[in-house]
Amino acid sequence: MSLWEYANPVKFIRTTDKVLPWVWALTGICLVTGLVWGFFFTPDDFRQGSTVKIIYIHVPSALMAINAWLMMLVASLIWIVRRHHVSALAARAAAPVGAVMTMIALATGAFWGQPMWGTWWAWDPRLTSFLILFLFYLGYMALWEAIENDDTAADLTSILCLVGSVFAILSRYAVNFWNQGLHQGATLSLDKEENISDVFWFPLLVCIAGFVLLFIALVFLRTQTEIRARRTRALLAREGQG
Amino acid sequence: MKALLTRDLMLAIRAGGGFGLGLAFFLIVTVLVPFGVGPQTELLSRIAPGILWIGALLACLLSLDRIFALDWEDGSLDLLATAPLPMEGIVSVKALAHWITTGLPLVFAAPVLGVLLSLPVPAYQWVVISLAVGTPALSVIGTFGAALTVGIKRGGLLMSLLVLPLYVPTLIFGAEVARRGAEGLAVQTPLLLLAGISFGVIALLPFASAAVLRINLR
Repeated sequence: MSLWEYANPVKFIRTTDKVLPWVWALTGICLVTGLVWGFFFTPDDFRQGSTVKIIYIHVPSALMAINAWLMMLVASLIWIVRRHHVSALAARAAAPVGAVMTMIALATGAFWGQPMWGTWWAWDPRLTSFLILFLFYLGYMALWEAIENDDTAADLTSILCLVGSVFAILSRYAVNFWNQGLHQGATLSLDKEENISDVFWFPLLVCIAGFVLLFIALVFLRTQTEIRARRTRALLAREGQG
Repeated sequence: MKALLTRDLMLAIRAGGGFGLGLAFFLIVTVLVPFGVGPQTELLSRIAPGILWIGALLACLLSLDRIFALDWEDGSLDLLATAPLPMEGIVSVKALAHWITTGLPLVFAAPVLGVLLSLPVPAYQWVVISLAVGTPALSVIGTFGAALTVGIKRGGLLMSLLVLPLYVPTLIFGAEVARRGAEGLAVQTPLLLLAGISFGVIALLPFASAAVLRINLR
């Protein structure tokens, strides 16, 4: 019994079929609890008023936008090294989810920035690097779509993902060069006693858990779909020959 | 390798298009900017370093699909791949040829076009230096993009989408050097970082480009 057994598509589908309903249920519970708790049962911030509640969508989606790319990076590496098709398909499945998370983070950031900073958009290092990350997602997905041969596409996109990661990090530090900008520094970190007041912190944690589960559920579902679509295509091709 | 380099250079010069077109495009972009933002001298001289950098970047981008597309179509890329030359070497030579035919002329054209944009006097040397240091990176990164999209019909647009985000760090540091030079500030830090990016991509990216090209030729 090892992790690599799940590289077998049949095994992967069988396991995820069993797990998926639970993940969906947990996602629903976490998101509903977290958002309702955050939106209706936390006090308004002393300076920001009720706009502070955007945090319950903004922070988790921004977290997942980066983690989705990390997951794609790991999956691409696994594809390059061990050539398990499930991992390539998982990377492909994660890309649109990550792109949407990036877009949500950018949009909610704009809605938050408008009343707080008086502007929808500023060329701030964090904002800019997220926009660049979004462009990377677009390029990655476009390359998947453009190539007909599945294996070639998987190879090329995984190399693009590796190179892109390096350049995304470079860009992240390059834009730092301008100035600190409007966005605050890291608020949440693991090594601090208290990050934000517990009143906001607990519903935020539940929301983050909800977004992580949502991402997992969507990636499982989309990977299953990809596997089944590929299987259908193989069957059709065999029919055509016979 | 030398033979390949001279062949590519000959083709670029004699077949027409490669050598002159990038420069002409650079000229057009630079000329269009005053039409777009108006001819006020102060405004132009403020944005001139950035405009020159963006113009050079776009001129580089436009000529990228010529790196592999023609050789791919007539099959000489397959011949090159079977030649006793490592793929990394082929890719590096291709990037070098692209830089000599596109990047280098841009470096020399930039100060001339700077006159049109009333570039501040102290900026001239820094624009030239930053372009000289930065354009090799543009060529090498572009070669990677061209290798990625070589098998795709009409891949030019896709290649721009893939390559432009990769150009971001180079552009930021390059334009920063030129801007600081124009304002008479210290340019050492961004210049060193720009050189770092250039050397880094020259050293490492050919491996990725070669891997990609091998996959495409499979």
